[in-house]
Order: sequence, then C-alpha cells, then structure tokens
Amino acid sequence: MIRSTKDFWTGLIYIGLGVSAIVIARDYAMGTAVKMGPAYFPSILGGLLVLIGLISVIRSFVVSGTPIGAFGFKGLSLVIGSTLLFGAIVRGTGVLVALPLLVLVSAYGSTRFRWAPTIVMAFGLTLFCALVFIEGLGIPLPLLGSWFGG
Amino acid sequence: MELLSHLAIGWHTAATWANLFYCFVGVFLGTAIGVLPGLGPTATIAMLLPVTFVLPPESALIMLAGIYYGSQYGGSTTSILVNLPGEAASVVTTIDGYQMARQGRAGAALAASAVGSFFAGTVATLLIAAFAPPLAEVALEFGPADFFSLMVLGLVASIVLAQGSLLHAIGMVVLGLLFGLIGTDVNSGALRFTFGFFELADGIGFVTVAMGMFGLGEIVRNLQDENDRSVTASKITGLWPTKEDWRRMIPAILRGTVIGSALGLLPGSGSILGSFGAYSIEKKVSKHRAEFGKGAIEGVAAPESANNAGAQTSFIPMLTLGIPSNPVMALMIGAMIIHGIQPGPQVVTSQPALFWGVVVSMWIGNLMLLILNLPLIGMWVRVITIPYQFLYPGILVFCAIGVFSLKNATFDVYLMALFGVVGYVFSKLGCEPAPMLLAFILGPLMEEYLRRAMLLSRGDPMVFIRRPISATLLAMSVLAMLSVLIPTFSKTREEAFKE
Repeated sequence: MIRSTKDFWTGLIYIGLGVSAIVIARDYAMGTAVKMGPAYFPSILGGLLVLIGLISVIRSFVVSGTPIGAFGFKGLSLVIGSTLLFGAIVRGTGVLVALPLLVLVSAYGSTRFRWAPTIVMAFGLTLFCALVFIEGLGIPLPLLGSWFGG
Repeated sequence: MELLSHLAIGWHTAATWANLFYCFVGVFLGTAIGVLPGLGPTATIAMLLPVTFVLPPESALIMLAGIYYGSQYGGSTTSILVNLPGEAASVVTTIDGYQMARQGRAGAALAASAVGSFFAGTVATLLIAAFAPPLAEVALEFGPADFFSLMVLGLVASIVLAQGSLLHAIGMVVLGLLFGLIGTDVNSGALRFTFGFFELADGIGFVTVAMGMFGLGEIVRNLQDENDRSVTASKITGLWPTKEDWRRMIPAILRGTVIGSALGLLPGSGSILGSFGAYSIEKKVSKHRAEFGKGAIEGVAAPESANNAGAQTSFIPMLTLGIPSNPVMALMIGAMIIHGIQPGPQVVTSQPALFWGVVVSMWIGNLMLLILNLPLIGMWVRVITIPYQFLYPGILVFCAIGVFSLKNATFDVYLMALFGVVGYVFSKLGCEPAPMLLAFILGPLMEEYLRRAMLLSRGDPMVFIRRPISATLLAMSVLAMLSVLIPTFSKTREEAFKE
C-alpha cells in the first residue's frame, strides 16, 4: 500500500531518468578513473539517481506523507501551450501577431480573465516589445513574418 | 591605504553618469520585483540578461547586482503592508511587520527596514572590499580537488536549505548535474544526451532552465491559487520611528548585520538563511520577548538587515572563487562569461575597474534605495495592488523574447516551455527547483575538476581527503548533512520553514 504518493512518484521519476542516463551513456566511452571518458561521470550520477529513487519508492510504502495536490491543468496547458505556439509561429507571422496571441492565450488561464483589459495589455506589450527589442536591440525577429510576405 | 585606493578605482567606475543610471535602473527594478509577490530576482535577472549584452560588462553587472539587493529591500514592503512575502527572504518579516502595520505603525516598520537595510548594505560593502582580495589570493592556491570539494559543499548547503524532503533535494541535485552534462563533452568532443538535436550540442543554456523553472513554472503555480492573492494594503502613517523605536532597533540592526553577513558567505545560502537566523536569535536575546509575533520592531529590523547583508556578502564567493552560491550568483557568472570575463580568483587583479566598480556601486545603490524609496512608498503600494492577471502575461512575453534572443533560436523557446513543465511537476511533488538549477550550472565544472583531480592523483580518490583544503571543505559538507539528520536541528529547520 502506497502511503506517500509524493515519495512514490518522485522515486519512479528518479529511477526512470537514472536508468535512461546509464543506458544512453553505454554508447559513450567509459575510460578509467585516471582518464575518465564521457560516460564515466554520467554513469556515476545515473547510479546515484537510481539509488535515491529506490530509497524514495521504498520509503513511500513505509512513511506516510502529504498527498500530491491537484494539478492546475488549465493554467499549465494555457501557459505552456501559448509559449509553444509563440515559438511555432513567430518566424512565420512575425511578432505583431505572435505576441498578442501569446498574451491572449496565456491570460485566458486566469480565473479573472476579461477581454477588454487583456486586449489593451496585448496591444501595449506588443508595441513595447516591437520598439525596444526588435527596433532598439535589433533582435532578428520580423515584425510581420514570411506568411504575410514580410 | 590600499583599500582606499581600491575604492577610488571603484568610485571612478561606478560614479560615471552612465553607471549611476544603470545602478538606479537596477535598484528600481529590483525594488519593483521585490514588492511584487510571485516575481523573484532569479526570473527577473534571467529575463534581463539578454538586454545587458549590449552594455559594457561593468554596467551590466552593476545593474544586475542592483536588482538582487534591491529585491531584498522591496520584499519587506509587501511583507509589512499586506502580510505576503514579496521575496522568499522576507518571509519572517511578515510575522512582526504586518502586526505593526495593523497597529498603525507601518511607517515605523518600513523605516526600520530601510535604515537597517542601508546600514547592513554599507557594512557588507566594506566587508567585500576588505576580505575579497585576500580571499582571492588564497583561492589562487586551490587545486582541482579543492574546487571539486568546494562545489560539493555548495551543493550540500543548497540541499540542507531546501524546503521539503532531504532525499528529494539530493535527487534534484544529481538530476541537475546530469542535465548540466547535456551537450558536447569538452575532453573527448563526444555529444552526450543530445537525442539527435544539433541545437543541444552547446548544451542547454542556464537562462533557459532558469526562465522555465522559475518563470513559467512559477506562473502556473501562482495561477492555481490565484484566489488567495486578493490584496489590500494597510494605510501608512508617520514614517519616522520614535525614540523608543530607535533605542530598540539599533542593536537589532547590528546583530542582524553580523548574522546576515556571516551566513551570506556560506555557499548555497544567500539572503534567506540570514533572515531566519537573525529573527530566531533576536527572539532569544531580546528583552521584549513577549512582543514577538505581536509587532516587535526588532522582528523587522533584524531580519531585514540580515537579508540585505547576506544578499551582498553572497557576492564574495562568486567574485573571489568564481563559484555561484545561489541561482542569482550563477546568473551573474553567466553574465560575466557572456562578456568574455572568466570568473575566478583572478578577476580581482585582472579586472580591477570591474571588480571595485561593482563593489562601490553596491553602496551607491543602497544609498539610492534609502533616499528614493521612503518617499516613493505610495507608488510601491500601488504596485503591490496590481492584479496578477495583468502581470503574468507580461512576464511570459519577456521570457519568450528573452530566451529567443540568447541564440536567436525558437528551439530554446520550446526548451523553456519543457522546463516550465518540469519545474511545475517537481514543485507539485514537493521538490524545490533551486538546488537543481545550482547543480545544473556546476555540473560541467564539477566533472572537469573531478577529471583533473583524478588525473593528477593517478586515479587515487584519496586525494580529496589528503589535501587539507579539500578535506576541510568535505568535512564541513558532512557536518552540514549530519546536522539535518540530528533531530533537534531538523526540527528547527522545519519550524523555520513553517514560520
């Protein structure tokens, strides 16, 4: 019976990542303690991580802990989704389209979302970024991208 | 006096109009983000780092340093007026600060925090000026084994200071070290853990990780308990403390400064430990013990002095050893590397204008904070009441543009989003991101020093115990680890975090 879900899942993640590190590192040269190859340090770390993960999983059956709180899926998906969207379209559409979309989509994640102030904010932030970052600091992003012939 | 001539060099750099301006921008922004709950110095400095590429290195470091100690200053305002810590290091200030505000003594509390911070900042600046150069000379004697052990101590300290499970914090450190190894191995040229992405050949930028975990991850977390954030600030009347207040706060400020300066030096610490330590000591030695928790001015003056002192003395290991003691210092090191300055003990002698300029600017910045912020308090109160839904889309925009501009690659935008998820999931599981970020930065350095040390010792791991400096550092690490496992101390650790 799992008594601490936090310990259990953290442990599983550590074990999974540790094992992957060791397995992937098998493609690299191990070397010796005197002349360490690229696999040496990652393998030690992977082993340590597996060990810590195992202790954590074992502990999850012995010691009870606080349960994992609910995931904020709405906020998570909108904040991460809007960032990915920005990355995907910014070269194609340019910042004049990609930035307002980033603001609108992410702002929708708030329980207090209202259209009017968000649109004003999207406009203001886009103007500011276009002036400061694109014109001022010369970051190589188009104002209007290739999809609009920019 | 050598010290005076050094300070003169620094004055020459720091007191130019341009650098005064950047110092002002730094402390002003720092105060603003310190005042705002939910936006911390790590995310802000990561966001602004790309902007500083166009500045000369002194100006960039002066501004970034200003953001850090400015945020310690601003954090107290929110703690006192709305009972929310604006900054992690101001958590204890909420206890007595907010009580004072409720009794109509917010003005006195703000003044105590301001005066304390200024005094502590001045002392800490002098400490850096006096002790950094000799320490840097000692550090020149460090061999690879000593550096390795020093990093172990730093990581152990960050584990000890992390909130939540000790075991998970150790795991986060190991995981951070592994993430740090992604990219090309400098010794063999082999590509490690790149999964076929050529974008990963240079490794993952620490700014990308910092923005993802501290910027995006934090936003998602804040959005989830958004409803707790309704904010109404207390009214402020009478900024000037009474004679009785002065009599009580001066010794508290002195004690806070000493404790904060000392604890700030510890790798892995920075300002947070200092404010907790100063508060609990003040509670023990004060004559007005009964008033603690009900609005004792010492309970504001001591921790606020301590966190400002600690924020500044935490620059000492960074400037003299080139080793970051907390994520903010890691970003400062990143800024130096970007400007072509290799951090390490040689910085003091090879870059005197930069080193002393930054030191002197800290004192100037503290003076600006004192002069500007008490009159501007009305404005900061309005900043506190900015609703979060108008804040985070802006943070996201700056993160997205900032991370893109590092290498002009949308790949980094995706990576940042990925680390946002990683940061959020781990925080849900009760694992703090700070130790992981520190380990992430130290990962490649640690491997390099481990390799060199083992090569020099012909594969004999005893070298770490045989060299006196290394042995001392490792012994300190073991002691720090043991101290958490000993029941009495671990109880105080839990209590400190609960408060």
